Amino acid sequence: MQVDRNTREFLEEAQASPFDFHTISIKAAGDERLKMAVSSNTQRQYDGRQLRMLELPDPDALRELAGQIKQHALDYLDYYLDQLKSAVEANGGQVHFAADGAAARGIIAGIAADANCHGIIKSKSMASEEIELTHHLENAGMDVVETDLGEFIIQISDDKPSHLVAPIIHKDRASIARLFADYFHTPYSDDPPTLTRQARVYLRDKFRRADLGITGGNFLIAQTGQVCVVENEGNARQSLSTPRVLVSLIGIEKVIPRPADLAVMLKLMARSSTGQRMTVYTSIFGGPRLAGEKDGPEQFHLVLLDNGRSEILANAEYRETLRCIRCGACLNACPVYRKIGGHAYGSVYPGPIGALITPLFQGLGNFKDLPQASSLCGACYEACPVKINIPRHLINLRRDIVNQKLGGWMERLIFRLWARGLRSPFIYRLIGAMQKFDLRRRAAGTGWVARLPRIAGGWTQVRDMPAPARRSFHQMWKDRP
Amino acid sequence: MPAPAKRVALFVTCLTDQFYPRVGVAITKILEHFGCAVEFPPAQTCCGQPFFNNGFHREARQLAKRMVDIFGSFDYVVTPSGSCCAMVREQYHQLFGGDGDWEQPMHRLAMRTFEFVEFLDKVLKVDFSQFKLPGARSVTYHYTCHLRGLGVKDEGVRLLRQIGNVQFKPLEKTDQCCGFGGTFAVKYPAISGAIVDDKVNCIAATGADTLICNDTGCTMNIAGMCHRRGIDTSVRHIAELMADAMGIDVDNW
Repeated sequence: MQVDRNTREFLEEAQASPFDFHTISIKAAGDERLKMAVSSNTQRQYDGRQLRMLELPDPDALRELAGQIKQHALDYLDYYLDQLKSAVEANGGQVHFAADGAAARGIIAGIAADANCHGIIKSKSMASEEIELTHHLENAGMDVVETDLGEFIIQISDDKPSHLVAPIIHKDRASIARLFADYFHTPYSDDPPTLTRQARVYLRDKFRRADLGITGGNFLIAQTGQVCVVENEGNARQSLSTPRVLVSLIGIEKVIPRPADLAVMLKLMARSSTGQRMTVYTSIFGGPRLAGEKDGPEQFHLVLLDNGRSEILANAEYRETLRCIRCGACLNACPVYRKIGGHAYGSVYPGPIGALITPLFQGLGNFKDLPQASSLCGACYEACPVKINIPRHLINLRRDIVNQKLGGWMERLIFRLWARGLRSPFIYRLIGAMQKFDLRRRAAGTGWVARLPRIAGGWTQVRDMPAPARRSFHQMWKDRP
Repeated sequence: MPAPAKRVALFVTCLTDQFYPRVGVAITKILEHFGCAVEFPPAQTCCGQPFFNNGFHREARQLAKRMVDIFGSFDYVVTPSGSCCAMVREQYHQLFGGDGDWEQPMHRLAMRTFEFVEFLDKVLKVDFSQFKLPGARSVTYHYTCHLRGLGVKDEGVRLLRQIGNVQFKPLEKTDQCCGFGGTFAVKYPAISGAIVDDKVNCIAATGADTLICNDTGCTMNIAGMCHRRGIDTSVRHIAELMADAMGIDVDNW
């Protein structure tokens, strides 16, 4: 299996524990090819999003409503999960609660074994990536294939997705062409229709033979016990129709109360995500084939994944982060993500939302750079269809870092002394004068400092620093006639 | 009978005070031109934003209380920096929520604090078409991030384009962050550098001789990168351009 050398290095560094964000992000920010690929693709999706949202009569009101719907569902999640379970069972489906990844994998392997399934087709699911489901099923000797083209490419190159919606945003055409040539033993071609056709022929065969389909889910409707999946390729539609056993693996936070609420979400989902008014396919399904129906699975299993979500739910401050519908709008809007791509976040959930939930799921101490590696520009909050106040939560996590003493003691000391100084106008002016003296000396009459010392050195690593003015505004005001 | 002068306190911000005091002079004189009585409470230092952003909320609260004490009695507080305005208007309530003694005065201050362009546009409702730069200048505009939180959209560009002899060049990706982010620029220089590089590429592509940037942090960041790369564009606060058009001397009172 061919893997780009760069990708292999990234993935290895991302796996290292504790996660070394600095090393990997520096490498990513310096990788011109990666930056090009990620920047241009995210910009395109972001521009599309801006255009499509403006078509709505009142986009901000709709986002506010969507946020309230999700918040309400989260605030009463126990009630809605109960309702969901009853509704699914009434449709003839089965509901399984998985406390964590190991439980979920065990449940799904058990379903496959009990139903004597050997060929698995899978549509895109971030929850399945989170628990590394495909790897485990493969290791157990099952034939599993990812049917989303991007995820298929990830699977055959032993890579990991780097974006919530566009998993291979970090890859370019040439590397995919090489990959296909090696994997299929065919002559090299980088013509997209040719490559797509190759994948399609291969996947068609898998679709025909599969007896177990695994999907994710964008939304779960509690009242009707249905799953909603949105997609552009049709592979999820295929995965949920043809195999005789269907499993949907979905995080508990995806629940919304009623079909009317789904209508609100669908108005925002594709617009926020890829700048489409709607995705090509929208599937709403929820049980096995009923008497008289020509197609559909014989069994339907809904596997509800917790894996740390109920702990975040219990935290009133961070509960809001579970509103996320995994649309990727925040990734596309983020100036940091645009420059470093998804692997640099070290987790299955990258970008601004990842900077929140990765520390929340996996421990702030393990990922303390993620909330800090942000300029707090707010583009993510502005793009989020369910109005998660991401900058606020990034700051809250930074507050947690300070309160839990996860940062350096010197940094804490400097900030505390600096704050103390600022409470006295005299000390403020004194420090200002000292800084002015030092920096103007360094600037030596040019007005610019090319090298700042020690802790401030990061600034001048990449840019110059203007020297302070000869007289501060405070001093000038004193001279006012 | 002329309307009573609006009592405006200038909140100059720590960075503007130290690095670009001419902006403070420009703002004072422009506001006075439009009938404001401008005062400068000398006890002011910092609004607490760096401490709030970095998770030092106890320290931020102490500085915020100082701000409320110093600026609480004015009709209006005007600041040249969108991010400091956003700190007072958007973030102070997070520091004081539920604190009976402080919530009211904090709220009162927040309601009266404005970013300079906002103040000109929404409160003074000025029209700059009466003013003209001494010579033609090609000008582009960076939309500073904190304007999002303040609800300011295109007021800056609109006022800018009113000024005579301004040849406006739209900036590609004008609303993409410049990569400053306070301590972010120092802690994550590779990422911050890549972002400001992108911004400077867009600026250079306009061919403009001046970039208007209404936040001191952004200005230091962008100007610092322009200088490092040998790019000639001068980075200015809109107040300085307005002062030029109005014939105001910003180096002397």
